[in-house]
Amino acid sequence: MEPQLLMGNEACVEGAIVAGITFYAGYPITPSNEIGEIMSRRLPRLGRTFIQMEDEIASMAAVIGASIAGAKAMTATSGPGFSLMQENIGFAAMAEVPCVVVNVMRGGPSTGLPTLPSQGDVQQARWGTHGDHPIIVLTPSSVREAFDLTIKAVNFSEQYRTPVIMLMDEVIGHLREKVVLPQPESIDIINRARPTCPPEWYRPFEDNKSGVPLMAAFGDGYRYHITGLTHDEMGFPTTKPCEVDAAINRLFKKIRQGFDEIMLCETFLTDDATCVIVAYGSVARTAKSVVLQLRTAGKKAGLLKLQTLWPFPRRAIEGLPQSVKELYVPEMNMGQIYREVLRVNQGRRTVRKISKVDGELITPQEMVQVVA
Amino acid sequence: MAQQYEIRLAGLGGQGIILAGIILAEAAGIYDGKFVAQTQAYGAAARGGFSRSDVVISDEEIHYPKAQMLDLLLAMSQDAYDDNLKHLKPNGILIVDATYVSQVADTQVYAIPFSRIARERFGRENVANIIALGSLSQLTSHVSEQALEQAVMKRVPKAHREMNRQAFEAGKGAARAALRLSVRPGGDEDI
Repeated sequence: MEPQLLMGNEACVEGAIVAGITFYAGYPITPSNEIGEIMSRRLPRLGRTFIQMEDEIASMAAVIGASIAGAKAMTATSGPGFSLMQENIGFAAMAEVPCVVVNVMRGGPSTGLPTLPSQGDVQQARWGTHGDHPIIVLTPSSVREAFDLTIKAVNFSEQYRTPVIMLMDEVIGHLREKVVLPQPESIDIINRARPTCPPEWYRPFEDNKSGVPLMAAFGDGYRYHITGLTHDEMGFPTTKPCEVDAAINRLFKKIRQGFDEIMLCETFLTDDATCVIVAYGSVARTAKSVVLQLRTAGKKAGLLKLQTLWPFPRRAIEGLPQSVKELYVPEMNMGQIYREVLRVNQGRRTVRKISKVDGELITPQEMVQVVA
Repeated sequence: MAQQYEIRLAGLGGQGIILAGIILAEAAGIYDGKFVAQTQAYGAAARGGFSRSDVVISDEEIHYPKAQMLDLLLAMSQDAYDDNLKHLKPNGILIVDATYVSQVADTQVYAIPFSRIARERFGRENVANIIALGSLSQLTSHVSEQALEQAVMKRVPKAHREMNRQAFEAGKGAARAALRLSVRPGGDEDI
């Protein structure tokens, strides 16, 4: 494909289209607006559906309904809208409805800083909806990654029947870079597994080796019940401890079994490093330039870039070489991933956070001052 | 570290600052074939708030995507000038829209009335950004004139191509006039 100048939000749309998104419902909010705007132009021309809903609660509900009816569905929003979506995201986790929610993070809490970047929604993406539930959260640090990880997000949602959150920060959402997108034919697309048995044999939430039940679309002729209440294999509410326990544990099992595949990270110059910066999103770009600066100055620095934030890629931290004595976790928040690094580090190495919450990206100078 | 060329376009919402940044990035990245990163920052208001766009151009992969020490600053409003001058490198290129930037401390400045030219020649101020790009094409060698003109033609609405082409030309002319008046830096080489 020809090189083109694309914005992170545009690349997200291109990725979604390649991944087979057939339904988009949303409500405009800065800094995610371009996603909905471009979807509204592109999807109808492809014979797919775009609908602007009255708010983010309804947007998420429409996405869930469309997905249950067999569509590959997504929405995009920012912090305030993401808060409104939480209840329905919980429904999607419980009823195992594949869907993708893009949150282009701006400063918070509340309406906060509409046009400025932040990484303040990292823990919300994990725990924003109530109850024990697993979730997959991905985060890109370049325009090309916005494309690639949107495809991954759609694929994971289909493969594991789970909501997948794509967290971008405003810098990446609005960053324009030259990218060469791959040929669509070269990209693996995953579609949810559907039942082929006679309808009367279908057990909609039956466990199997993968832990992911076969999903029939409403209208396919498989009549079944779907609910946010804790349910048995037939989809009907249950309070029997053995069924409740099995249902919740299966939700975790299916993600745990896929952990290695879901855990996306990149290392840069970590093999002989004595200090490693653990970063994600736009801050990982600052970190890479700092690593190069420090190497020039003779300090053995490396970078661990997280593309998956949840489930937390603990094995990437645990697998760093013995030579690494110090970890630095720069974030545009008060230390939301820093806590996770501390948790899995178990005191083995020194862990320091670098927090910035003034609405601006951490600069290389600011980071060098702490790490050097 | 790789040598990067860092440009900031700054002004008010509604002046087309971000579109100018996109055009500049497309010129450098797609038509000149360099690495480029374009970012933006703006206030929440649709018109009248601050607006700025950074374009970083490099021969190598760009990590930190924002401008830090500016090689070139285009200020389209007094606030934009006041807020961003401190980020300009010594010997950096300073271009201001003389229509709105009247308080200028620096003597090494290309003061061109982009908005007034737009109003007088084209009857509308919103081509001031394209006039400014035309001028910019003459004042820096880090993005080629042909690339910029191609990028302008690609990004502006079809119905207004001719006007924008003329606006770009007007900007080039204004910059050449400004160059003739300016004191040139350097002058050490043998001739």
